[in-house]
Amino acid sequence: MDNLLSIITFLPLVAAAILAFFLRGDDASAQNNAKWLALIATSATFLISLFMIFGFDPGNTGFQFVEERKWILGLTYKMGVDGISVLFVMLTTFLMPLVIASCWEVKTRVKEYMIAFLVLETLMLGVFCALDLVLFYLFFEGGLIPMFLIIGIWGGANRIYASFKFFLYTFLGSVLMLVAMIGMYVDAGTTDIPTLLSHQFSFATFSVLGVEITGGLQTLLWIAFFASFAVKMPMWPVHTWLPDAHVQAPTGGSVVLAAILLKMGGYGFLRFSLPMFPVASDLLAPFVLWLSAIAIVYTSLVALAQSDMKKLIAYSSVAHMGFVTMGIFAANQQGLDGAIFQMISHGFISGALFLCVGVIYDRMHTREIDAYGGLVNRMPAYALIFMLFTMANVGLPGTSGFVGEFLTLMGAFQVNTWVAAVAATGVILSAAYALWLYRRVVMGDLIKESLKSITDMSRRERAIFAPLVVMTILLGVYPALVTDIIGPSVEALVTAHETALLDAETRMAGN
Amino acid sequence: MTQADFNIVLPEVLIALFAMIALMGGVYTSKDKTAPLMVWTTAAVLAGIGIWIAVTGTGSRTAFGGMFNDDAFSRFAKVVILWSGAAILVMSEGFMTRRDLLRFEYPLLIALASVGMMTMVSAGDLMTLYMGLELQSLSLYVVASLRRDSIKSTEAGLKYFVLGALSSGLLLYGASLTYGFSGTTLFSGIIQTATEGHVSLGLLFGLVFLITGLAFKVSAVPFHMWTPDVYEGSPTPVTAFFATAPKVAAMALFARVVHDAFGGVVADWSQILALLSVASMFLGAIAAIGQRDIKRLMAYSSIAHMGYALMGLAAGTAFGVQAMLVYMTIYVTMNVGTFAFILSMERDGRHVTDIDALNAYSKTSPAKSLALLVLMFSLAGVPPMVGFFGKYYVLLAAVEADLAWLAVAGVIASVIGAFYYLRIVYYMYFGEEGEGLDRGGSPILGGVLIASAAAMVLGVINLFGVEGLAAAAAATLVN
Repeated sequence: MDNLLSIITFLPLVAAAILAFFLRGDDASAQNNAKWLALIATSATFLISLFMIFGFDPGNTGFQFVEERKWILGLTYKMGVDGISVLFVMLTTFLMPLVIASCWEVKTRVKEYMIAFLVLETLMLGVFCALDLVLFYLFFEGGLIPMFLIIGIWGGANRIYASFKFFLYTFLGSVLMLVAMIGMYVDAGTTDIPTLLSHQFSFATFSVLGVEITGGLQTLLWIAFFASFAVKMPMWPVHTWLPDAHVQAPTGGSVVLAAILLKMGGYGFLRFSLPMFPVASDLLAPFVLWLSAIAIVYTSLVALAQSDMKKLIAYSSVAHMGFVTMGIFAANQQGLDGAIFQMISHGFISGALFLCVGVIYDRMHTREIDAYGGLVNRMPAYALIFMLFTMANVGLPGTSGFVGEFLTLMGAFQVNTWVAAVAATGVILSAAYALWLYRRVVMGDLIKESLKSITDMSRRERAIFAPLVVMTILLGVYPALVTDIIGPSVEALVTAHETALLDAETRMAGN
Repeated sequence: MTQADFNIVLPEVLIALFAMIALMGGVYTSKDKTAPLMVWTTAAVLAGIGIWIAVTGTGSRTAFGGMFNDDAFSRFAKVVILWSGAAILVMSEGFMTRRDLLRFEYPLLIALASVGMMTMVSAGDLMTLYMGLELQSLSLYVVASLRRDSIKSTEAGLKYFVLGALSSGLLLYGASLTYGFSGTTLFSGIIQTATEGHVSLGLLFGLVFLITGLAFKVSAVPFHMWTPDVYEGSPTPVTAFFATAPKVAAMALFARVVHDAFGGVVADWSQILALLSVASMFLGAIAAIGQRDIKRLMAYSSIAHMGYALMGLAAGTAFGVQAMLVYMTIYVTMNVGTFAFILSMERDGRHVTDIDALNAYSKTSPAKSLALLVLMFSLAGVPPMVGFFGKYYVLLAAVEADLAWLAVAGVIASVIGAFYYLRIVYYMYFGEEGEGLDRGGSPILGGVLIASAAAMVLGVINLFGVEGLAAAAAATLVN
């Protein structure tokens, strides 16, 4: 199949179009049809994406399933995946049916809700498949529109503020990247990502308005890309949009945001910043490493002080993304393996944690931690699942959370011992806030009157969690499932990075 | 007038003749009762001539000793002008009839304005330029105050007239200086005297005054003050017209003057244009935030958009002109759609233009809300809407011409501007239910709105081939 990636990417969009044009009415049966169609479309996308992962050859470090068509203005419609992106595609297609299933209880504007998620899936998949700068940007930015609507229409009480903040914050970061992309096009004469990966951007120092810029063009481009990806990631100190967006978003929106949208930042670092601007990455790596270490410790401390469950998990996401950036800019095999692993694993764990919050939010309509306590008495199954994901979030060995944190710490340790040491304290802090959250919500006696009649998880809810539980444990005990696929590509990336740096050094010395 | 010259200006002559004959017909028959018919006929004539130009036009020819050009550039601009003019006429008929605003002179003045605009974009001489500009402006002054018994409308007309006259004066002053220091009014003659390093101070002053006059017409900051008041005061169909065709004509004329007459001294005008561009983008974006009236908002929005179009022009390259043309085409398509929506905004049969009237509009009219949502994101330049590609083109032109600072300023302004477009989406989708707008409305307006939104989505595939045409047009202008 030559068009496999296009089929995977655009199938949800087709389903969205069918919903928009052919489904009339807003009664119960129409709502049901909308939900089922969305579920079938996302499941079908997942099944088709299985063809991709089974047909994928991990030993080949180049791009596979490549499609290329002419587009406007010398741009190309080019899609393809390599070892770095293929798992993100899988993560997206795997999670989307679960997200749709978790939205079963939505009552208002169901059809529009499903359309928004289907469009969003297309745009997210496009980000990971695009092999043209502008095409990438198209998908990357386009994702803001459905997410803006999801937060703004179906969100909580303060949704307007959160949706505007989300949109404008990320938009500002991204437009600078657009200018950098145009600069790259002007410099290299192409927007083709594989070609750009082998293009050498100048790193000769020059001065702008009297300020000497070490690393020259590479540094400027790197900073512009950093502005976009750091906001998307999000990295401390530009993370402040995330807690707002998470708290206000509906459960499905939070899951997508935490599990997939945040990964776009990390993916961007891996696809653009590190391989295309090696000199600038090397130059600014200590800066990123320290930002990551601060993020891990600081946001973990902030998480400790939260009284809103979603906000707490949102801050914990920022901390976990700190491990990712730390691993990426350690720029060695362990660090990069760990970073990708951490992103995949965080996709399952944070998604599951937000679903856990959603389960009790659907029943009690509050996210205040103080409103709960002693849930284990009435909800044993829930307590078990919540415990598993709390432990995974902490990074307990045997869960997928451990592997990512361990590998990134190991990678960072080789580059900068102090950063690794500071980040390691974050692991302890994460245990503190996660376990404390668990104790306050689930443990103890059930004394609150309002909770006396709360019911345990329904069959539908258990079915949603089952795949996540399996993946979290499976990846925890058999991480090779991921590392075998990403390994060769990461190795090629590391080798290319080191060669580029050596090359740059000899050229600098030659001058 | 030789036969060959006449053939070249035939489209202009035909429209002018049509306007004269129809005017006579209207005066000597039942006057305003013929108005709806006049509107439809004029729209058909404009659209038909537009198709004729698009289909038959080839090559580059000049008439009247170089005073009038017929080339790919002028044809591109003419087609956009004529089609958008026809679309606006079709949209205004129902609106004006129901409000008893429709006079039979209205479509004919639009037709004459179109002749003026066609002359502008074909100008090869300062005299042709001025003639076309004045024919267009005088027609527009009249239609701005079409609603004679409304203070706002007459105020708009007067304001437009006084400031327009001032800008014409500046333009004429610039033209006379240019003539005085170059000895000719022909663009082809001026370009020979205005060469790099040999441009006299007088000629430079002439250039600056010409640019000032043209900046008035495209409402670039700091010559934009008339725009919000005129947009707000004029009857809405007239506002829709102001926002589309004349902007294209003025921008095309701008490109003509700076490239055909002053193409040898790019560095001299490029920096002026860059400055106009950056000021327009920022003022347009910031001043629109506080607006409560959607027509005023669109006025500031158009100021910001002219800033982006000028960015393409400021690059001073053929690609810059191409980018400007693509940008203007996309801009016009979006504005036609948006104004189709604004024309359909009614509450209890009365036309309203407050933004908060859009509250919870998506609940009553989901299809139209979705179309407007697409247009708003497109105006904001958010991909994957086509509006993004307009921005991409001009940014690319700017970066290629070493104006990266302008591109960075442009994208930052676009983030500020995104706020007010989002606010419209916010009212429609997140707003509390309150006194809403009437449902239903004219099928023509709804159709135009949805067609324009669909174009903004489907255009992603290949921009409907506009890119190639714009490239050919730009190539004939810049050598």
